Amino acid sequence: MKKIEVTGQKDTRSGFGDGLLEVARTNDKVVGLCADLTGSLMMDGFQREFPHRFFQTGIAEANMMGLAAGLATGGKIPYTGTFANFSTGRVYDQIRQSIAYSDKNVKICASHAGLTLGEDGATHQILEDLGLMKMLPGMVVINPCDYNQTKAATIAIADYHGPVYLRFGRPKWPIFTSADQKFEIGKAWLIQEGTDVSIFATGHLVWKSIQAAEALAEKGISAEVINIHTIKPLDVEAILNSARKTRCVVTAEEHQINGGLGDSVAQVLARNLPLPMEMVAVMDSFGESGKPEDLLAKYHLDTPDIIAAVQKVISRK
Amino acid sequence: MAKLAELQTIAAQVRRDIVRMVFNAQSGHPGGSLGCADYFTALFFEFMKFKSQPFNKEGNGEDMFFLSNGHISPVYYSVLARSGFFPVSELATFRKINSRLQGHPATHEGLPGIRVATGSLGQGLSVACGTALQKKLDKDNSLIYVVTGDGELQEGQIWEAVMFAAHNKLDNMIVAVDFNQQQIDGSTVDIMGFNEIGNKFASFGWEVMHMDGNNMQEILEKVPQAQAKTGNGKPVMIVMKTEMGMGVDFMMGTHAWHGKAPNAEQFESAMQQLPVTELGDY
Repeated sequence: MKKIEVTGQKDTRSGFGDGLLEVARTNDKVVGLCADLTGSLMMDGFQREFPHRFFQTGIAEANMMGLAAGLATGGKIPYTGTFANFSTGRVYDQIRQSIAYSDKNVKICASHAGLTLGEDGATHQILEDLGLMKMLPGMVVINPCDYNQTKAATIAIADYHGPVYLRFGRPKWPIFTSADQKFEIGKAWLIQEGTDVSIFATGHLVWKSIQAAEALAEKGISAEVINIHTIKPLDVEAILNSARKTRCVVTAEEHQINGGLGDSVAQVLARNLPLPMEMVAVMDSFGESGKPEDLLAKYHLDTPDIIAAVQKVISRK
Repeated sequence: MAKLAELQTIAAQVRRDIVRMVFNAQSGHPGGSLGCADYFTALFFEFMKFKSQPFNKEGNGEDMFFLSNGHISPVYYSVLARSGFFPVSELATFRKINSRLQGHPATHEGLPGIRVATGSLGQGLSVACGTALQKKLDKDNSLIYVVTGDGELQEGQIWEAVMFAAHNKLDNMIVAVDFNQQQIDGSTVDIMGFNEIGNKFASFGWEVMHMDGNNMQEILEKVPQAQAKTGNGKPVMIVMKTEMGMGVDFMMGTHAWHGKAPNAEQFESAMQQLPVTELGDY
């Protein structure tokens, strides 16, 4: 088993901010909109360097989505920035009609997703956003795993024509993917090869899955860890290839069990290759205030929970 | 005045199209469509600068139109067809399966002339503001024309856009609010009265005008005045008084024909009231 090297600690939202600045320097169609959360979204660098391409919308997310659709109509590539809660549930109909149904080239960039938002509590900790967004026809849904990958994804989506939901988070998180990676939408990323179980993880829980695989290796269990950074379109081939080898599957995500990555993978298995499967996700409940690590432990999204799910699914083989 | 007579003829034909489309589909929204026929005709046949063939969806270098209250699609489709965006014969497919003329305007089927889907109310004005920003960024001096319903002003998002447009000096927009004072459940005064809407826009910093939207002569006088007010740091709005169902007596003075199709007898009556024109029915 190869050792996954950690090269630093940074929040994924900084990956978005740095990626936006970089892509804006080479692509003059890129514009940014933010609903009064410029600092939280790390968009201030972009705002400083490109003041005429940055639009402060005030606390009016519905209007922001419409503005983005309008800017896209005239050929711009708008990146909207606000918290994940206000990027999805609050403006679902605006995204559905003005962006998705109208096929607008808008990049909906959403920070502070999931429990790891922490102390602000359940009003802001959206755990339903992946499900909401993946249900929209034509919407691409991306949830990168670390700073480097979020930066690479932010740059890559400018070259894809169509609506994209890009989800990232608030806490500092280990960096373990390369700084010079090429991000391919819809291409799953094999992180750790294994033979006994396939762990398909997304977002922050990719790191937790790597830690789980290391602990499992000490118990003699060979876990394959695959980073599903794109939930839609899903890399069906990579999922089936891994599952054919390991014959059992665990999914891990910072999201409700309903509607997230687990649902998508279960659909693939049910239709192609029915196998034992367990899901590490939030079990149909809201979150609460607390430190990110404490919340992940309380809501069973932590390394020991992934290990337990692996042991259970192997016993069902 | 030749121009006036010509536009009145087109508007008369547009009214026949509206009633025929809604009757043919046995569904749709004739009331607001009839009320707005004169203004749409004036915009598309007199005031807006655009090329209908080929349709340029990005609209660069052209005036752009956005219908925020998408349910009055019959009037929109009629003027689009009659100004050359697609064949007039296609109006017969309105609301039928496999048609590009969806119940509410959509880009999904590729209908030329449509740039964004509308129908869920309150969204079109925001999209229009986005294109107004884009035109300013690209130093494109064309104008953005928008029509919204008056009932639609009950949607909160409208006021987000109204605030944004004024704050960002989107003075390249002319927004006409179709002030017919009717909505599905009754008169706007009874459902959710908002007093003098012009004052509300003015207090946000908009340039406000009033116009009789069913008087072509007045439209020909007022729209150039609105155009003259653009470029002065303020978005322009017109409180456009119209009569829902204008031209068909039994559809006027009531909210009942907001979204209802006439039966065969009512259709015959409407066709007798709406003059035949040399343009001919589709």
